[in-house]
Amino acid sequence: MRKVALAGFGLTKFSKEDGSIDSLMLSATKSLFGNMPNLSQKDVDVVLTSTNDDHKYLASIVSELSGIAPKISHSVESLCNSGANSAISAFSYIASGLADVALVVGAERFDSPGLVLEWDKSRGQYKHPIFWSSIFTKAHARKYGTTKEDLAIVSAKNHKNALDNPYAYFEKTYSVDEIMNSRNLTDDIRLLDCSLPCSGSAAILLASEEAARNLTDSPIWISGIGQRTISAGFTKNYELTSMKSTIDAASMAYEMAKKEPDDIDVAEIHDAFSVCEIIEVEDLGFVKKGLGKEFVRTLYETQDKKINPRGGLIGAGHPLGATGIAQIAEIGQQLQGKAGKRQVSGAKTGLVQNMSAAATSSSVLILQS
Amino acid sequence: MTPFEEELKKGKFVCGECQNCKKLVWPPSNYCNRCFKQVTWRSVSQTAKLIEFSKKDDVIFCIAEFENEIRVMGSLQTDTKPVIGQDLKLIKCSYNGNEEFVFQPK
Repeated sequence: MRKVALAGFGLTKFSKEDGSIDSLMLSATKSLFGNMPNLSQKDVDVVLTSTNDDHKYLASIVSELSGIAPKISHSVESLCNSGANSAISAFSYIASGLADVALVVGAERFDSPGLVLEWDKSRGQYKHPIFWSSIFTKAHARKYGTTKEDLAIVSAKNHKNALDNPYAYFEKTYSVDEIMNSRNLTDDIRLLDCSLPCSGSAAILLASEEAARNLTDSPIWISGIGQRTISAGFTKNYELTSMKSTIDAASMAYEMAKKEPDDIDVAEIHDAFSVCEIIEVEDLGFVKKGLGKEFVRTLYETQDKKINPRGGLIGAGHPLGATGIAQIAEIGQQLQGKAGKRQVSGAKTGLVQNMSAAATSSSVLILQS
Repeated sequence: MTPFEEELKKGKFVCGECQNCKKLVWPPSNYCNRCFKQVTWRSVSQTAKLIEFSKKDDVIFCIAEFENEIRVMGSLQTDTKPVIGQDLKLIKCSYNGNEEFVFQPK
């Protein structure tokens, strides 16, 4: 298998913009080309688009709009982890030798059809994500004593981190009290415990080792990949205080990269709701099960940006198809030492965890400088 | 509409069972997800076990487990504090483009 590098990225400001999905994707692509003066359209032989938008022939349209005539072009949809899925597909094309340079671009509109999975009959009349997240939150609180304040700390931390991310939707901080006193959506979650669906796009360029050397002075290597889908039905999560798909995906990624959780210097993880970050730091092995809330509280109190330095989904906003790609772009910048005020000092190894549909599917990537 | 939806519309909760694998196939499908043989639709027990719950406005919503096997989200009508593991009775189910399940303590 050939080595695959993250060679560049392009981002746009997350917003409530009412633009078309192809124009959003073109914006991120334009930004990527702007960041990569050595890149020419003829270098790109794969174009993958990631979105839940109902749009035909999108990868070919984005290729056309960008002046690229790729060998391979298609769309990837997997609800909230469409982004990581598309990056993994691009990785595979390059690792196998089928292609050398892949543009992966994700975007979503604020009114995405990907917010609700109608197919899942087991959710009854409770198909909106606030219901599964309430159940996870209640179960975690019951087993580990997770409090409303513990949840609010996740949101306070991630909004604070997002303040240094010029592409984040949110541009203000919230106190723990403000978050705890924000509107109760259910008995277990408040409005500011939730990520916000918004419009936005993100692009990354993956390349073979040889191609990457011509495109960037500081390639970041994708050294580990893991992915697991346990079901498409929320109620198949038999253990409601863990994400089985994330545990499995992380295990595969660590093994492939020959890394341990302690080796991870910085991570972007899928905080669709506050409780997700607490569960994920446990399931990714950063801390023992049940101690996630203390781990996150310490990060907040010491202003440690190790987890979700760009603000995560809660601080940066959640344009579904763009999220996984924006997470990868952030870890790339961190490992290049170019994350500005968000920089985690000396970061050499990073992790991305992107998941979908009530944690029924998860993807984990490990990147190294 | 699938038999699941057709029956639910009539107020009856049915699930496909594979006669070959002796298992319920859930979420509902016409074919077994182990052997791909066609399922036989049958009534599901009216009794379920409370797995977890939360509340939105004044409505309790929950996960309930039927026959130690299949789990469904629905609303729970009760005057007493729900207890995890307690037996519930399915008092109503319906389908009008969206599935609805309503439980009460047994």
